[in-house]
Amino acid sequence: MIGRLIAREVRRGLSGPAWLPAAFFLLVATLIPFAIGPDPKLLARIAGAVLWVAALTAALLPIERLVEPDRADGILDQLAIRGVADESIAAAKIAGHWLTFGPLLLISAILGALLLDLAPDQLPQLLIALFVGSLALAALAVAVASLTAGLPRAGALAGLLLLPLAIPLLIFGASASGDTASGALLLEVAVALFILAGAPFVAGAAIKASRT
Amino acid sequence: MTPLLRFKSISCRRGGRLLFSDLDLELGAGEALQVAGPNGAGKSSLIRIAAGLLQPESGSVESASLALADDNLALDPELPLRRALGFWGGSTEDGLHALGLATLRELAVRLLSSGQRKRATLARVVASGAPLWLLDEPLNGLDSNGAALLASLMAEHCEAGGAILAASHAELSGDWRRLELTA
Repeated sequence: MIGRLIAREVRRGLSGPAWLPAAFFLLVATLIPFAIGPDPKLLARIAGAVLWVAALTAALLPIERLVEPDRADGILDQLAIRGVADESIAAAKIAGHWLTFGPLLLISAILGALLLDLAPDQLPQLLIALFVGSLALAALAVAVASLTAGLPRAGALAGLLLLPLAIPLLIFGASASGDTASGALLLEVAVALFILAGAPFVAGAAIKASRT
Repeated sequence: MTPLLRFKSISCRRGGRLLFSDLDLELGAGEALQVAGPNGAGKSSLIRIAAGLLQPESGSVESASLALADDNLALDPELPLRRALGFWGGSTEDGLHALGLATLRELAVRLLSSGQRKRATLARVVASGAPLWLLDEPLNGLDSNGAALLASLMAEHCEAGGAILAASHAELSGDWRRLELTA
């Protein structure tokens, strides 16, 4: 059932506007030069940080469709009746969500790096950092979506919850994107592993609590 | 014989209001129990407790493998009905045929009428092959043909050794034990 659930998440993600977060990501990356001016050196220096902020904001877009439609339609109930643990549901949703969100984000990051004139030797480091970060962002998104499912103004609330929780990722991820010598990437991996390990349990508890 | 559903001293409180207390209940193979009562009496809560979706205030529940049909469709709206039902496994074609939905199998779920949606939720129950059926207001949205079809399906299920717990404010046709809840 877990495999079917992951496949379902991927299908739902791809049948909807899966490109929307990626497009939003690129839009944010494109806007920055308009705001600060076309200084190539400055743009190259801040490119990693800009792309990280863009990734964070892009991660907010799909949150409302991750859990609430399934809660409202009784799909989470039917899965529970079939003995699927809420934590397993959450883990499957994280995997499915990343598969539709992560790869497109990484492809967009290459385009964003070109737009911002990022030094070519920094691109692999940026992509590795964003790969790790996107996994954690997918886990955070599902956890936050579960916590806010069924609440009024859930979208705004989800943003207020997700962005502060993602600050450690932003700090270490952005640092790792620009400096290969520092230990920032290892710290980012540590934060990501912590989030990936905890998110299914947080989301599972929230799904359980949302049943009335 | 082990009952398919057993409530031991179940109490349920919702929003601070005690709906029922110390409820004992057993449902064996071939039995059907209708939970009746006015709106807000706790019929749906009782069904959700039986399904394990709601924790009672006290008491314990034991149940066999079960299937639930309530007001939630729990089918992907964009998929053809056959594929949407197929996600849940079981004998999808049997379910479609039993509820008279075979001709609609390739129609997207979102295009079904409310009565057809109700049939689809019941088809999911039939397809599951579970011995215990939990039905919350199963007649809602069904026309007279649908209600007659459901009555015969429920009778067949009980004859085959299954059991049914149904919450309904309307009278269900057939041989039903009755549990009356009061508001």
